Amino acid sequence: MKFHLKVWRQKTCKAPGKLEEYVAENIPAEASFLEMLDIVNSQLTGKNIEPIQFDSDCREGICGTCSLTINGIPHGKGRGTTCQLYMRNFKDGETITIEPFRADAFPVQRDLVTNRSAFDRVIQAGGYISERCGSAPDANAVPISKVIADQAMDAAACIGCGACAAACPNSSAMLFVSAKVTHLGLLPQGKPEKSRRVLNMVHQMDEEGFGNCSNYYACEAVCPAGVPASFIGRMNREFTAASVKEMVGMSV
Amino acid sequence: MITSSSSSVRTGPCPAHLWIFSSIGKKTIVALTGIALILFVIGHLLGNFSIYLGPDAMNLYAEKLHDLGPILWVIRLGLIAVVVLHIYFTMLLWKENRTARPQKYIASDPIKTTVFARTMRLSGLIVLAFVIFHLAHFTVRVVDPSFQEMHTLLDGRRVHDVYAMVIKGFSSAPVVIVYVVGLFLLTFHLSHGIASLFQTFGITNSRIRRNYECAARVLAWALFAGYVSIPIAVLVFGLGKGVGQ
Repeated sequence: MKFHLKVWRQKTCKAPGKLEEYVAENIPAEASFLEMLDIVNSQLTGKNIEPIQFDSDCREGICGTCSLTINGIPHGKGRGTTCQLYMRNFKDGETITIEPFRADAFPVQRDLVTNRSAFDRVIQAGGYISERCGSAPDANAVPISKVIADQAMDAAACIGCGACAAACPNSSAMLFVSAKVTHLGLLPQGKPEKSRRVLNMVHQMDEEGFGNCSNYYACEAVCPAGVPASFIGRMNREFTAASVKEMVGMSV
Repeated sequence: MITSSSSSVRTGPCPAHLWIFSSIGKKTIVALTGIALILFVIGHLLGNFSIYLGPDAMNLYAEKLHDLGPILWVIRLGLIAVVVLHIYFTMLLWKENRTARPQKYIASDPIKTTVFARTMRLSGLIVLAFVIFHLAHFTVRVVDPSFQEMHTLLDGRRVHDVYAMVIKGFSSAPVVIVYVVGLFLLTFHLSHGIASLFQTFGITNSRIRRNYECAARVLAWALFAGYVSIPIAVLVFGLGKGVGQ
C-alpha cells in the first residue's frame, strides 16, 4: 500500500514545528501504524533524513506509551491504541496527517514525542491506600459486591495514555483523573483516603494546566480502554462533597 | 513536641476559595446559576401564557408583579447577579481552556462533540444580546417609546396596558424575527446546558445520560415552542387584533 504522510516535525521542545510531507511506499496491509512509521523511518535513514521520533513500548495495546493524533483523532479511528491500528483500515493512496498529542500540559519534546509526566504527578498527588502489609490476605476476606468490583475494574482499565486530554478541545484530563479517583475510591482498600485523594488529585490536575470539562464527551469516544465519561460525573460529586467536608471543618 | 495530624489545626488556603476556583467548583457555579436561569425561563413562560386568557388576565398578572415593589427589585437584582456569575465563571473557564490548548490540531475532527456543545459561548452571548434587547423593548420601553403611554383601566385602577404593548410590539415582522432567532439560540444553549447539569453534579451514569440528553432537548424545544407561539400568534394569526391600535 502507498500513503501520503503529513508528519509534525519539531527539533526541540522550544523550536517551532511544522508539517513535513513524506511518501510511505510498499507498506503491507497487515502492518500496524507504528510498523508503517518504522518502515518510513528506515527509508528516511537511507536518504539521510532524520527519522521521525515517536513513542512506543509494548506494542500490544496495554502500556499506554504510544500516542499520535492521526487525522485529528488521538490513536486514530476506531477504539484502541495506535499500536493496534492496522494499515488495512486506511485507503490505498490516502493522505494521513500525524500530529503529537496536543495539550499545554503535554509539551512536545521532539516530533511526535510528548512529555506526559503531568499524569505521573497527578497520580503522586493521589497518595497512598491503607492496606496492611505482611502475608497475603485471605481471598474473599473483604467482601466487595459484584457491581462495585466491575465498576472499579472499568475505571482501573485506564492505561494513562493521555488520549482523553489530547481529544478534548479544552485539553481536559478529567477522564483520566476520574478513572483513577473512581478505581481507588470504590474499593475497600482505597476508601479511607478517598476524600483527600480526590481533593489532591483535582488540585494537581488544575495546577498542571489541563483545561476544564465542557461535557463534550470526545474523551470517552477515543479512550482505548473504554473508560466511560460518567466517572467524571462521579468525580465531580466526590470532589464537591470532599470540599464541603473540608469547608465545615471535618477531617478529610 | 509531637502532635497527631488530627489535632493540628489545618492551615493553608481557605477551603471554600479552593473549591470555588477549582476546575470543578467553577463548573458547579455555572451549573447552579444555570438552574436558577432555567427556572426563571420556565416561570417567565408560564406568566407569558396569560396573554391567551385575554387582556385583563395579562394586565392583572403584570400589575401583581409590579405590586411586589421592593421584592420585585430583590428578584431583579438577584437575577442580574446570577447572570453575571454565570458569565464570569464561564469566561474564567474559557480563558483556562484556551491556554490549555495553545497549539490547535491542523487536521481537526470534532470526534463526538455536538454542535450545541461547541457553540455554547456563541449562543450564550447572542442570548445575552437578545435579553438586553428584550429588556429595552418591553421593560425599559425605549425601543418604541409609545409603549410608555399605553394605559388601561383594570378594576377602576389606571394600569400600564401590557397586553396592548405586546400586541403592538409583535405586530412588527423584524421584531418577531429577532425574537425567534434569540429564542432559537436559547434552545441551542439549553440543549447542551440542561443535560450538562446532571454530569456536573454527578447524578448520572452511562445509561441514564442518554435520557438526560433526550429530556434536555425535549424541554429546550418545548420552551422554544411555548415562547415563539406568542409572537407567531400575534403576527401570523392576528391574536388581539384591534386592541391598542
